[in-house]
Amino acid sequence: MVDIFLTIMGRDLKLAYRRWSEFANPLLFFVIVASLFPLALSPGQALLQSIGTGVLWVAALLSSLLALEGLFRGDFEDGSMEQILLSPAPFGTVVIAKIAAHWIVSGIPLIVLVPVVALSFQLPGEALATLAAALLLATPTLSVLSAIGAALTVSLKSGGSIIGLLILPLCSPMLIFGTRATDMAANGEPVAAPLYLLAALAVFAISLGPLAVAAALRVGLE
Amino acid sequence: MSDENAGLIAADLGVSRGGRLLIDGLSFELEAGDAALVTGPNGSGKTSLLRVLAGLAPPAAGSVKWAATEVRQLAPEARAGIAYRGHLNGLKKDLTVRENLEFHRALNGSEAPIDELLVTLGLRDVAGQRLRFLSAGQRRRAGLAMLKLGEARLWLLDEPLTNLDIAGRRLVAQWIDEHLDAGGMAAIASHQPDQLAGGGTLSIEL
Repeated sequence: MVDIFLTIMGRDLKLAYRRWSEFANPLLFFVIVASLFPLALSPGQALLQSIGTGVLWVAALLSSLLALEGLFRGDFEDGSMEQILLSPAPFGTVVIAKIAAHWIVSGIPLIVLVPVVALSFQLPGEALATLAAALLLATPTLSVLSAIGAALTVSLKSGGSIIGLLILPLCSPMLIFGTRATDMAANGEPVAAPLYLLAALAVFAISLGPLAVAAALRVGLE
Repeated sequence: MSDENAGLIAADLGVSRGGRLLIDGLSFELEAGDAALVTGPNGSGKTSLLRVLAGLAPPAAGSVKWAATEVRQLAPEARAGIAYRGHLNGLKKDLTVRENLEFHRALNGSEAPIDELLVTLGLRDVAGQRLRFLSAGQRRRAGLAMLKLGEARLWLLDEPLTNLDIAGRRLVAQWIDEHLDAGGMAAIASHQPDQLAGGGTLSIEL
């Protein structure tokens, strides 16, 4: 099972490396959108600090939508998915491996990038560490939710906009706790509670999400 | 899984596509060494039938059993007994030929030697090329290579000769004959049944 996990993840990472622009574009999009706010609004420190957290989280969320359509679509269109489904490899493991690979190429860069962009919103230093920690806990949930959206729309010609409608509402708890944790850190308050809630969401998503994804993919292939 | 040696049993099978019933009341059995040749005009349901036999799609009626188990409910290990090669090759364009085959070998837990296979298929010189730079015929050959990367006893082949040159067609026909001689089974949908040398022991006309 570990072999299959590593095989699938290795393959997806290799493919991502060879088509790196697919994953670089959303990150660039995030940087640009987040940088437009300080330009468009008055550059006063108080305003930027108060809106900064929300802008960063929403921009990160929207940019991650750009990368997720290809999560299963490529495998679906070239017939790899039916071969994988028919192979003796346990399908649940395959799904988890694909989500993990997606998180590595789209989640981890966000964890690094968001605190850097946060500097342009003049967020206090203490908040940056919390922001990174909150992202570390939130991005796995985001990857699982993205996978559910991508799997449900895989048999449609173009799922792009529907995926957004499907998963953005589901992302709201994550958004609430993520921004809350960052704000509380900026105000010097203890941040354990929202971080624990983000961790709970991640555990919930990771344990149940892949089942939904696997079921949706099976239906999509019929 | 009560009977390891049982073959494929389709009983009173109905196949529909997009809500339209294409095949109704089809029953047949495949045992060791049997091949079913599925023929019929375009749109008669050849592909849909093979997808149902593979367990990718549910039958509209009746049942498909492999080794005495409903094909859609097979345990993962039991699925290794069936190989399905459809219109799509199931290969990644951004991986090299060798990487593609290595991936499928790992997926199927097989130890088959890839180098020999590449030589047989005439793909040795392009083994390090990404698939996107290969011709349609070469991709087809690479796709068919997967039949040898596993221990499937039942081959479900959808138009296996498409895009292949004469040598490629001969090779596929030879592989099928060898497979059947070794006690394998096959269900083949084709518009060129005469080119599959031995032909089928069973003919299904849709």
